[in-house]
Amino acid sequence: MTDEPRAFAGDARGGLPHEARAHHTGEAHHHHTHALNSRHPGHHHLLQVEGLSVAFEGYEPGAPFLKARRAFVPVLHDVSIGVHEGEMLAVVGASGAGKSLLAEAIMGVATQGERIEGRIWFDGEAQDEAGLCRLRSTEIAFIPQSVSCLDPLMRVGEQVRGMPRGKGRARREDAARRRERQRELFARYRLGEEVERLYPHELSGGMARRVLLCCALVDEPRLIIADEPTPGLDLALAHAALHDLRSFADGGGAVMLITHDIELALAVADRVAVFHDGTVVEETSVASFASPELLRHPFSRELWHALPEHDFAVTSNTVR
Amino acid sequence: MLVVVVSFVVFLLVDLSPVDPVQANVGQAASLSMSDAKRAQLEAYWGVGEPLLERYGRWLWGLLHGDLGTSLRFDEPVAQVIAERAGASFALLSIAWVGSGLLGFVLGVVAGMAHRRWPDRLIRGWCFAMTSIPSFWLALIALMVFAVALGWFPIGFATPVGVAQADVTWADVAHHLALPAICLTLVGVAPVALHTREKVIEFEAGEVADFCRLRGEGPWQRFWRHGLRNVALPAITLQCASVGEIFGGAVLVEEVFSYPGLGQAAVTAGLGSDVCLLAGIAVVTSLLVFGGNFAADVLYGVVDPRMRSARGAARASKEGPLASLVDRPEDYDVPNASTGEVGRGGTV
Repeated sequence: MTDEPRAFAGDARGGLPHEARAHHTGEAHHHHTHALNSRHPGHHHLLQVEGLSVAFEGYEPGAPFLKARRAFVPVLHDVSIGVHEGEMLAVVGASGAGKSLLAEAIMGVATQGERIEGRIWFDGEAQDEAGLCRLRSTEIAFIPQSVSCLDPLMRVGEQVRGMPRGKGRARREDAARRRERQRELFARYRLGEEVERLYPHELSGGMARRVLLCCALVDEPRLIIADEPTPGLDLALAHAALHDLRSFADGGGAVMLITHDIELALAVADRVAVFHDGTVVEETSVASFASPELLRHPFSRELWHALPEHDFAVTSNTVR
Repeated sequence: MLVVVVSFVVFLLVDLSPVDPVQANVGQAASLSMSDAKRAQLEAYWGVGEPLLERYGRWLWGLLHGDLGTSLRFDEPVAQVIAERAGASFALLSIAWVGSGLLGFVLGVVAGMAHRRWPDRLIRGWCFAMTSIPSFWLALIALMVFAVALGWFPIGFATPVGVAQADVTWADVAHHLALPAICLTLVGVAPVALHTREKVIEFEAGEVADFCRLRGEGPWQRFWRHGLRNVALPAITLQCASVGEIFGGAVLVEEVFSYPGLGQAAVTAGLGSDVCLLAGIAVVTSLLVFGGNFAADVLYGVVDPRMRSARGAARASKEGPLASLVDRPEDYDVPNASTGEVGRGGTV
């Protein structure tokens, strides 16, 4: 992340930053509109990202091969996004548009040669990289795309429990708590006791989704970021996976669903952030997708037209 | 099969080699001044002129009856020579094998975790140096520095010179063993260290490590929980398969240190056309190498659950599909109304 911690004061755009101001439900503010169940406890968002840019160190694009100098090539620029408690925000965009990078930046994971700038607040508090690292293990959980992210040589139960924290006695107590929590989650998500003893390669597609969800829930997070949770699943399994995420949001948690599937997003999410050309062009409620007039950005309107129940009209530069 | 091929190649090579066994074993001066009758007698003793296949067939027939033949050079049964030498070699080889495995693994892990930082550069540089240096040269340098110049270690042999076998203490044996063992260990470190380093880097760059990172596990926590078990398996396999290399190094190092082990016996046998002894040693070492590779295979099957269940699945596929791999519809009690109909076509 950036070197300087993200501070409350000194917003480049003048005045107080968004998070420092109290605001109310239903108010159309800060380039996004709300859904009915978006809540602002303490008058702030659970997660607020402002002006986030991610650049990779690489060679100047477009320069002749031998003359290209090292430069930072921007991948994401000026991304602003907010997630409320009790809602599901779908980040929709084409594959390769940098949606997964957004998730990594929010979780404070930077790969080598990456430069991240911007401000991130969690629960009304500005976060720097260290802060995000702390949140990553406790308040924000990530659900990866596939079961191949699990250690192939470790039994599923132990992986769901995760690493106990603390030292000595506190560590043992945490381990016991995790075991109990894992059993409870397995029971809730229809995973038999024998699943604990399986290895990841022995899981079916649907079981794998639920195991990954349990991994996220074991730390009792307040925000879940799910990266493409449905590819490779048939319709019934996709339903089930999303239903589980929906129920987490309905229980007061926040979900950021990263997907390339606009129909899926419209079916389960409360709000949609449309991702295009490395930035969020529009953040709006699902209801706005009822008709193209409610959508502000041309790319969002193109998305609307591309839906199967509409005219399938693909205008000039829709698909990238 | 392996034994037959290996021993035949040994016989063939000795037969093709230009070494005259009589001259090699009695010395040049004696060989020149020898009477023709004496010479004919010795040639008969060494089997000169006897057809290759006949000699080989006789040896193989003996082998089938548990007789490895007689070492002409040592004038003892081959089995006895090997047994005597193997004791000394075994200590040297096992120390070098275990030592280089452990040290190499640790260095590889450190280098991999510190990818592109100074410990990595240091360890990698050292490994490249060790791979390029011939083991006998390293042994010579070690001998010159630590035995001759500094006098910390004896300059050769497995026991002190001029001391009766009964008076030799364990400390003496260890003292004589130390320098050759260290040399062999250092030479053996490079492959396993570089291989482990590669595997650690691969693991750290992979999805599994990414997910661990996102779950808040620090680098070393991640390593102990996940990295170790993923990296150790290939390292163990490599080390099991490298028994042959360690033995190859031992041949040269033993020669330099005049250490009376199997390696030195092999050199003596080779130079003296002692074909029975050479074939015997070749058979024993090829069995050792085979054993190492076989152990690696077995270990993989036992340790890696994916291999285990692949075998299990192969067995079970005759009985029907695995119950655990099938999604049961009753797992999903999802009311469609709550999520609505989810379309699967409209991708951006």
